[in-house]
Amino acid sequence: MSIAVRGVTKRFGDFVALDDVSVAIAGGSLTALLGPSGSGKSTLLRVIAGLEEPDEGKVLILGEHATGLPPQKREVGFVFQHYAAFKHLTVRENVAFGLRIRKRPKGEIRGRVDELLELVQLNGLAERYPAQLSGGQRQRMALARALAVEPKVLLLDEPFGALDARVRKELRTWLRRLHEDVHVTTVLVTHDQEEAMDVADRIVLMNEGRIEQTGKPRDLYEHPASEFVMGFVGPVNRFDNSFVRPHDFEIELEPDGTSREGIVKRVVHLGFEVRVEVALPDDNEIWIQLSRERTEDLDLEPGRSVFIRPEKTKVFA
Amino acid sequence: MRARYGLRFAALTYLTLLLVLPVGLVFYRTFQHGLEPVWSAMTDPDFLHALWLTLLIALIAVPLNTIFGVACALVLVRQRFRGKAVLNALVDLPFALSPVVVGLALFLVYARTGWFGPWLDAHGIQIVFALPAMVLATIFVSLPFVVREVVPVLREIGTEQEEAAWTLGASSLSTFRRITLPAIRWGVTYGVVLTTARCLGEFGAVSVVSGNLIGKTQTLTLHVNNRFQAFDLVGAYTASVVLALLALMTLFLMNLFRKETPRVHSGPRRDEALR
Repeated sequence: MSIAVRGVTKRFGDFVALDDVSVAIAGGSLTALLGPSGSGKSTLLRVIAGLEEPDEGKVLILGEHATGLPPQKREVGFVFQHYAAFKHLTVRENVAFGLRIRKRPKGEIRGRVDELLELVQLNGLAERYPAQLSGGQRQRMALARALAVEPKVLLLDEPFGALDARVRKELRTWLRRLHEDVHVTTVLVTHDQEEAMDVADRIVLMNEGRIEQTGKPRDLYEHPASEFVMGFVGPVNRFDNSFVRPHDFEIELEPDGTSREGIVKRVVHLGFEVRVEVALPDDNEIWIQLSRERTEDLDLEPGRSVFIRPEKTKVFA
Repeated sequence: MRARYGLRFAALTYLTLLLVLPVGLVFYRTFQHGLEPVWSAMTDPDFLHALWLTLLIALIAVPLNTIFGVACALVLVRQRFRGKAVLNALVDLPFALSPVVVGLALFLVYARTGWFGPWLDAHGIQIVFALPAMVLATIFVSLPFVVREVVPVLREIGTEQEEAAWTLGASSLSTFRRITLPAIRWGVTYGVVLTTARCLGEFGAVSVVSGNLIGKTQTLTLHVNNRFQAFDLVGAYTASVVLALLALMTLFLMNLFRKETPRVHSGPRRDEALR
């Protein structure tokens, strides 16, 4: 195990940010700490980095006890949501910072920085100041800076949170490729389930200071352990006492004995996919995801009476 | 359009009447009878001693208040503890208190009849009517400037840059020197300029504790007052002009210093730092 967190509790006044959390993160993996705001995911990351001291519990990095160690001694790379760029230093000086602290020879620093700038595609911008870079460029600089000291683990705290949607998607793809090249154990904090599913090979889903479920993205989607997990990793409808994904409904124009009648309220075309909102007699409203072809075949429009049947349902105790 | 010009006229008139005119008049009066009387006033040993004393006091008070000011700002912004609000209010006390009262307070503590008086007397240490009390008084009245300039800048920059430096292996001291200090340097500079100006111009508190001994404990401001009372107008004007020039020089040095560190050419940083 690259990182092991054992029974960590962290309180801020009366607020319990982490409640007896234990988690193990495999070497070389790219793990997402996913959860809504206030779930404790950032606090957990900061505890691993040594930026927060846990009230109880232990942190091990590569098998060594790190709990009492200050952040300087943990050899972790940390990337912040708002870049934390050193504004008075150039891109080159920013990336070289950790190496200069370690008093490496000048020539070696220069070579290593050039290598890293190439890796994050910032060569040519070395002499600029952070204020002269775009958000995406600043965050890549921050990544190069964190990687420069060859950290044991790389910790990213909502790294794309401050970027616009397009750049965010680009950087995700780029981060995945970077991880394939560099292969350092990486933990990424995000509140965006799509981002977690897209980037990570493992997801640790947190809620209210506790871990709800850990697993591969697909496992969480297909075998959610709780109502919270099911609702958080994808859209969900409540159908009687069970939960159904919007794409797990069958919709027909004639009754077939097991189906239930409803009235179409709205039909929203979202390109390939169509979102159909149906009102059931018990005042419950659900939405169903259909392909465009299927919608056209059924000739769905508001006011029309339809018969729906859930294909896959999930019941939680 | 008209309202804009009206506003400008009002502002400029106000400045002219209250600032430019009086200061200009002092300059004019100083050189009214040529350079000869000015020269003799400037070579007067009492004047020279007062000038030296003023600079000496500033030279002690400004660095001390700079170091204390930055430390105090760091504590106020970065730490949480009981009584922080009290400390915060206390820093502003010199702004609120009349300098004469400050002088009187120091007098009560350090004079021969004061709290520490007997002890100090027994050990042959003279505070009141000597340099130490004058430095203390000056430090007291000029204390808030660096703190008040640095606190908002520290709030603005936040802690992320420092945390990033820690994770990269920089010690607390190294982080302060390499990250925090460069980030707050405009706030510090501005605070230092204001502190210096306040130190040079201090009159009330120093006048109480100094005893105003000519050629011994007389600063430039006291010298101006002294000459004025003695109807030596040229002497008073000359010393005033020197004080004004010292203040101008401080401002000029700050601007020079700013130009010599070009670092960031774009972005709002510079204004941020001064906010």
